[in-house]
Amino acid sequence: MVEDRNVSARPVLEAPDIARVLTRIAHEIVERAKGADDVVLLGIPTRGVFLARRLADKLAGITGRQTPVGSLDITMYRDDLRLKPARALERTEIPGDGIDGRLVVLVDDVLFSGRTIRAALDALGDIGRPRAVQLAVLVDRGHRELPIRADYVGKNLPTSLRETVKVQLAENDGRDAVLLGARDE
Amino acid sequence: MKRHLISAADLTRDDALLVLDTAEEMARVADRPIKKLPTLRGRTVVNLFFEDSTRTRISFEAAAKRLSADVINFSAKGSSVSKGESLKDTALTLEAMGADAVVIRHHASGAPHRLATSGWIGGSVVNAGDGTHEHPTQALLDAFTMRRHLAGAPDGGPTFHRGPGDGTGRDLEGRRITIVGDVLHSRVARSNVALLGTLGAHVTLVAPPTLLPIGVESWPCEVSYDLDAVLAKSDAVMMLRVQSERMNAAFFPTEREYARRYGLDGARMAALPEHAIVMHPGPMNRGMEITAEVADSGRCTVVEQVANGVSVRMAVLYLLLGGNEPAVATATPRTEETKQA
Repeated sequence: MVEDRNVSARPVLEAPDIARVLTRIAHEIVERAKGADDVVLLGIPTRGVFLARRLADKLAGITGRQTPVGSLDITMYRDDLRLKPARALERTEIPGDGIDGRLVVLVDDVLFSGRTIRAALDALGDIGRPRAVQLAVLVDRGHRELPIRADYVGKNLPTSLRETVKVQLAENDGRDAVLLGARDE
Repeated sequence: MKRHLISAADLTRDDALLVLDTAEEMARVADRPIKKLPTLRGRTVVNLFFEDSTRTRISFEAAAKRLSADVINFSAKGSSVSKGESLKDTALTLEAMGADAVVIRHHASGAPHRLATSGWIGGSVVNAGDGTHEHPTQALLDAFTMRRHLAGAPDGGPTFHRGPGDGTGRDLEGRRITIVGDVLHSRVARSNVALLGTLGAHVTLVAPPTLLPIGVESWPCEVSYDLDAVLAKSDAVMMLRVQSERMNAAFFPTEREYARRYGLDGARMAALPEHAIVMHPGPMNRGMEITAEVADSGRCTVVEQVANGVSVRMAVLYLLLGGNEPAVATATPRTEETKQA
């Protein structure tokens, strides 16, 4: 999310917490999807993809089946494209059997304004027609700007707009943590 | 304002890789049920073609439409240009219509540069081929095709014709590319020499001395007059079209002699390394620079190059128009004309 390294950043979730939270979300998905046999996990780059893969591993441990997992880049569906220079694209990788008629669970690290998820829903519509779409996030920090909510939340983290929430994952950042810091003015 | 693509030589290695990597993602859109992205909604792209072209114009049109831009096709034939309108007045007309990008093909070398630096229009200018100067998007799609075949395997090596791979993030370091034929009139060759050099490839031009431009020895490439001598060490051979419409002098004695010395036939193709590919920018003169046997073989990427052209042009349009400023820092050329603007 926010890239600046803040000295005063305070960990609110450590590696064991993140592992526990993902295990709980995996169980919730199995419970709500009644066995999760038609679930497709789609991570939103960058860190959502790593979270989706971890969730897939947890689901495999629970159900004994492999859950299809992929990635969904939303860059070209953003509503703020014209506010910034053109961005580099990330990988979109839809599992082989597609998403038609499946239960798609979108996975992202932080839920904030909800605009990323709106873009993801638009992107999904161009790829296929899922049976239903659900959303799993590691952290919900509030401040929604659109009528969007998450189905599975790792941690609700009330924040002020002057704070930053940074998720670090071992695959990308060398360690697992969720950091709460102050925004540099 | 740095928002034009005039010359392949203006692209840095990072710029070129950004275009190619973006094109790789754009190519995936072609596999979807809905081959359209909303990214350039509300933007207007004008295809301004002063010279006949089917595939380049259609390719740019398809690229712009897949990104949801509005496309206006303007060809000199049947327009006020045939009544004597100048490039300037045409440009001012397009500016008044609110063109965000002008894709220009012109028979005069330097016309896109003029359009970009004159201050006549505020949008991006994309060179779609000017005279015998440059054709940067062709070079980009050629490099994209080469990368998929020569650096597309999981280990970064060639794919040995098992279908194109994914070369995202890779360049063409150390690959040996041979470009054969009418280099003198070829904007494709010029753009390719510049771009392939930037991407780390070694380029060898093969042509009769009469079809090499003056000053070719200063280009970042080697020159040979003997096709058979370079085939065995080529990773890709690009056959250029013999441009009969530009053959206004006796550049070679007979077509038959040209085909015998510089044409690619089955025997010559067999002399290539096993992984090597055969490329052609199209349209092909079968029996002239390339035989039907080679053109129809599995090593010839002509049809794939056309498909890749759409992906690469989508990438270029997205990177130039997708944000509030271009992601590719293409230099605005160096002239005094900018001051007059």
